Amino acid sequence: MMTSLFIWLLPLPPLLAFFVILLFTRSRNRLSHALAIGGAGLSFLGSMIVFFRAITTPDLAASPFGSAIAWLPVAGEPVRIGVMVDPLTAVMLFFVAWTVLMIFIYSVGYHNFGQPAGKEDQPGLPPRGAEVRVKNETSRVPSIEPMYARFFAFVSLFAAAMYLLVVSDNLLTLYIGWEIMGLCSYLLIGFWYGKTSARDAAVKAFLTTRIGDMFMLLGMAALFAQTGTLSFQAILGDPEVLAKLAGTASVIPGLSWAGLIGLLLFAGTVGKSAQFPLHVWLPDAMEGPTPVSAMIHAATMVSAGVYLVARFFPLLAAGWEPGQPVTTPMLVMAVIGSFTALFAATIAVAQNDIKRVLAYSTISQLGYMVAALGAGAFVAAVFHLITHAFFKALLFLGSGSVIHGMEHGVMHTGEHIDPQDMQNMGGLCERMPVTFWTFLIGGLALAGFPLVTAGFWSKDEILSGALAGGHRVVFIVLALAALLTAFYTARQITLTFLGKPRTEAAAHAHESAPTMTVPLVVLAFFAVTAGWAGIPEAFPGLGGMVPNWLGGFLGTMPNIPHGEEGHSLVPLLTSLLVSLGGLWLGWLVYRGVQAGQADPLAERLGGLFNVLRSKYYLDELYQGIFVRPAQWLSETFAYRWLDQGVIDGILHGVARGALLLGLFLRRFIDIPLINRSGDVLAEGSRDMGGLMARAQTGRIQMYMVITVGIAVIFGLIIVFLVPGLRP
Amino acid sequence: MSFPLLSLLVLTPLAAGLVILALPRERRDLIRWLALGAGLVMLLCSLALYAGYDQQAGGYQFIEYAPWLPQLGIAYHLGVDGLAVAMLVLTGLVVSAGVIVSWKVEDRPREFFSFMMFLAASVAGVFASLDLFLLFFFFEIAVFPKYLMIVTWGSPETRNYGGMKLTLYLFIGSLVALVGVLALYVQGGTFNFLELQEAGFSTEFQRLWFPFVFFGFAVLGAIFPFHSWAPDGHVAAPTAISMLLAGVEMKVGVFAALRAGIMLMPEGAQIWSPVILALATVNVVYGAFIAMIQTDFKYVIGFSSVSHMGLVLIGLATLTPDGIRGAGLQMFSHGTMTALFFAIVGMVYDQAHTRDMGQLGGLMRKMPWAAAGFVVAGLVSMGMPGFSGFIAEFPIFMGAWRAAPIVAVIAVLGIIITAAYIFLVVRRVFFGEVPPALAAVEDIPLRDKITIGVFSVIMIAIGWFPSLIVPLVETSVQTILQVVGGA
Repeated sequence: MMTSLFIWLLPLPPLLAFFVILLFTRSRNRLSHALAIGGAGLSFLGSMIVFFRAITTPDLAASPFGSAIAWLPVAGEPVRIGVMVDPLTAVMLFFVAWTVLMIFIYSVGYHNFGQPAGKEDQPGLPPRGAEVRVKNETSRVPSIEPMYARFFAFVSLFAAAMYLLVVSDNLLTLYIGWEIMGLCSYLLIGFWYGKTSARDAAVKAFLTTRIGDMFMLLGMAALFAQTGTLSFQAILGDPEVLAKLAGTASVIPGLSWAGLIGLLLFAGTVGKSAQFPLHVWLPDAMEGPTPVSAMIHAATMVSAGVYLVARFFPLLAAGWEPGQPVTTPMLVMAVIGSFTALFAATIAVAQNDIKRVLAYSTISQLGYMVAALGAGAFVAAVFHLITHAFFKALLFLGSGSVIHGMEHGVMHTGEHIDPQDMQNMGGLCERMPVTFWTFLIGGLALAGFPLVTAGFWSKDEILSGALAGGHRVVFIVLALAALLTAFYTARQITLTFLGKPRTEAAAHAHESAPTMTVPLVVLAFFAVTAGWAGIPEAFPGLGGMVPNWLGGFLGTMPNIPHGEEGHSLVPLLTSLLVSLGGLWLGWLVYRGVQAGQADPLAERLGGLFNVLRSKYYLDELYQGIFVRPAQWLSETFAYRWLDQGVIDGILHGVARGALLLGLFLRRFIDIPLINRSGDVLAEGSRDMGGLMARAQTGRIQMYMVITVGIAVIFGLIIVFLVPGLRP
Repeated sequence: MSFPLLSLLVLTPLAAGLVILALPRERRDLIRWLALGAGLVMLLCSLALYAGYDQQAGGYQFIEYAPWLPQLGIAYHLGVDGLAVAMLVLTGLVVSAGVIVSWKVEDRPREFFSFMMFLAASVAGVFASLDLFLLFFFFEIAVFPKYLMIVTWGSPETRNYGGMKLTLYLFIGSLVALVGVLALYVQGGTFNFLELQEAGFSTEFQRLWFPFVFFGFAVLGAIFPFHSWAPDGHVAAPTAISMLLAGVEMKVGVFAALRAGIMLMPEGAQIWSPVILALATVNVVYGAFIAMIQTDFKYVIGFSSVSHMGLVLIGLATLTPDGIRGAGLQMFSHGTMTALFFAIVGMVYDQAHTRDMGQLGGLMRKMPWAAAGFVVAGLVSMGMPGFSGFIAEFPIFMGAWRAAPIVAVIAVLGIIITAAYIFLVVRRVFFGEVPPALAAVEDIPLRDKITIGVFSVIMIAIGWFPSLIVPLVETSVQTILQVVGGA
């Protein structure tokens, strides 16, 4: 019972930190980051307590921790909101708590805490460095972020929203956390709002994810209309409800309610977890500070999207038995997920920006998780979600450390180069050893380096799940994507860390402060060990030596059909081959790249390389088929033609007609008939009219006379002509 | 009979308006303080109603009754249900805020504040009336102050056109409504609202006369295709009147359409509900699309009101508990939100002397409070959780899905576009570089900051603690559902 109430407190500390920083301590940097990290730390401690209580509680899945209160008091059934921790929530809490805390600590160093304020720095732009005089020698050092405190406020709100989303026991509060995260992503991607690119990226992120959110909102409405509740327990924990949803036909022919609602909810994931075709926002989202990228790519946003479909897997799979054809939502997920995995991996191969490569790799890896759910491999999907969160947070923070080191070099040499472009790096492993080794671990995990890295185990489980479930196409596509993943990872590591420095700045790069490197080490630890929690029993040779804890823990979740367990040599050999082969190929191609040399791949691929580098021109395509037509529809059709042309045209026509009528009365009745007898009166009124012209146009009286006349006529018609109404 | 709280609320602004008009025009300070005092009295009375309304009992309370023209069945009959209380609180808020943001009106302040008070009395009267004739009477006396204030104090380029257009539309609308009201009277034999509810009009009668009453009043709620007065009128009007028009007057239209239309002719409402749903859906999407391409700051907000009032009408027309509850909440939420929007537009215009978004920019640095207030109102308008807009729009979509999923599917598009135009405005007006022409712009005065703060706090408070207002509105939902029947 204590634990149930305790869960309520998890989102609270960061939320309070947000308010306190924003309202009171905005001008005090040390206090602000102490509050933010303190808040994240409290939530972290709470999460760990809840996590360990959860894993030591037998039958947690059948009777999860939780409590609920009435939030929206309405007649009949009040809308209740509450919290719940079941096995899925518990593992979510574990990686969210760790990554969030590490990102918070890293941010202190990243934003140059303890450095002087730069003279040219202004809010809304990245700090440009400050001049420092030591013993009559001026040197240029990094300067502190001008909106340091505000950053910690926003990022605290982000964390609070994620905690809220994870501990929710119903779709309504999940959606609240979901939307607040959308807002935070807008605020943080556009944190340097002085940069046009950052402003554009912020709006793009918010609007693109919102398209998915709107489908999700419709899905909620449909779910509520069908079941009368939004509680997870009442819907997902009740086989009868699920069977009913899967058995009744929806408004769309050929689709059950479970299918339709599942698809609508999945559309929310497509937006939030950046799946094709709504993936376009995520690569641009790196315009924000790097810790924000890590938040979005690992701890919060995109993980939330996958969490939603994992949470609703019982609904998505309702009516499916392992071995049977999958349900419509699962089929859609398998197709979109595996396509996205391959598609994004091909783009990542051709990017030069160190963060952009990682951004496309995130899209690709999320595709794995979605495809795994589509293939019915629930545990594998969640497993990959966890391991990915650790190694992707590590990689992003590592890339931030690299960029920091490069900026240090740029400041030293005064070169005008892009510190994020991998072509300008090289040989950083000597200058930045901690960053190098941790980045290497993260990269190998991403590439699925066999046996030692976490990424291998989770990716292997997805591949074997896909094959065991009979989804050959999914298996082949994902294996191809894995090959590309290993290739671009090797390319990235080789270009960044190996070889000789290709610029002066790279030669003068500098290892980052301990506040940045310690989180890297911690995350690197999990990027290796997180995989050991889920080594499948059936794994050839090693299986069973370490118990498959994760499979056992998540496997108890109710109403989740589990696919075939079988683990053969085919997926294992495939995993080994694509991972090692891709890494080797990438190293081979890029090891000898010299300064100023074109990308070796560009020569071999020719025009295709440009298509990849331009991301298949999808941004341009969307501009052409959505944005411009929408503008045309608004501007030309709705506003100019319909509103100003037709609707106002009718109004103006009526007004002109009334004026003509007045003119007619004046010319042909008034003047000839009454003639000059009323002239005196008329002149008098005209003078009066002139006096009152400021307040009246003179036309209104006529309309009033007309309207009153019509009123009288109508009244007479009603009273005397309409039968049955006569008094 | 207990203390006549409602009469005090309705008659205070009327009396204040008359007194102000009788004062010498040099006494500007006295005039302003009188107007503010009257506004605050309205607000306090409405808060007393809020505190004193018995939510358990529900129904109509604080009833006052005095025969007026007994031969015709006309009486001075006041009383409020939960929704009316919420609307009166909104009125008190917006009137007080309107006085504060108009504090420095230089051009004939005596007439300005006096007319504003008449408008306030008219609005409060409609919300408090339980007599159809009285309701119509209050409804109509708003026309003259509105027209005069727009053409006298409005923005010089469009005030004559905008004022005339608004007056014409509303006149024609109320004329149509009058015909319907007369039909109700002739058939029911009384103007007493409570008796009319029991009159048992035949289905045929309701089918014929419901559209007269409903659409006649709904013109003031800017239902498509009778919406085009709203953006032009809002933009032409001076700030305080834009706030009152969009914040409160549009709700007056919907409120009257609900009272005299849906509640007196529930069968008619069911017959006509698909038509209303269709038109209101057009409102939502159409208004949002047009708002997106405006270059005039104020027109964006003007068209956004058209879009959001569509959601109110959708909620009502679903005739489901969720929809009606959402509509009532949206009336309040949109009222505070749009009043804040127009107040900020006015503050920006006062400082920058332009509303062209091409010439604005970077005002975040110049007037951070205005920027923050605009963002809060923007988040409300895009239905962000944690703000009142979510509490209102969420049930509307739930209700719409139950009544007609296609309506929910189309209307949801409006929410995306809303986010688009809000961000567009925020970007163009508040972010970016400050143009050289605006280098001398100063921050807004304290009284404006207080206004922004109060509205923001209310919208956020409702977002987090919906129980502040939901049970109040719920009492009306129950009354309406009883009348409408099992729908």
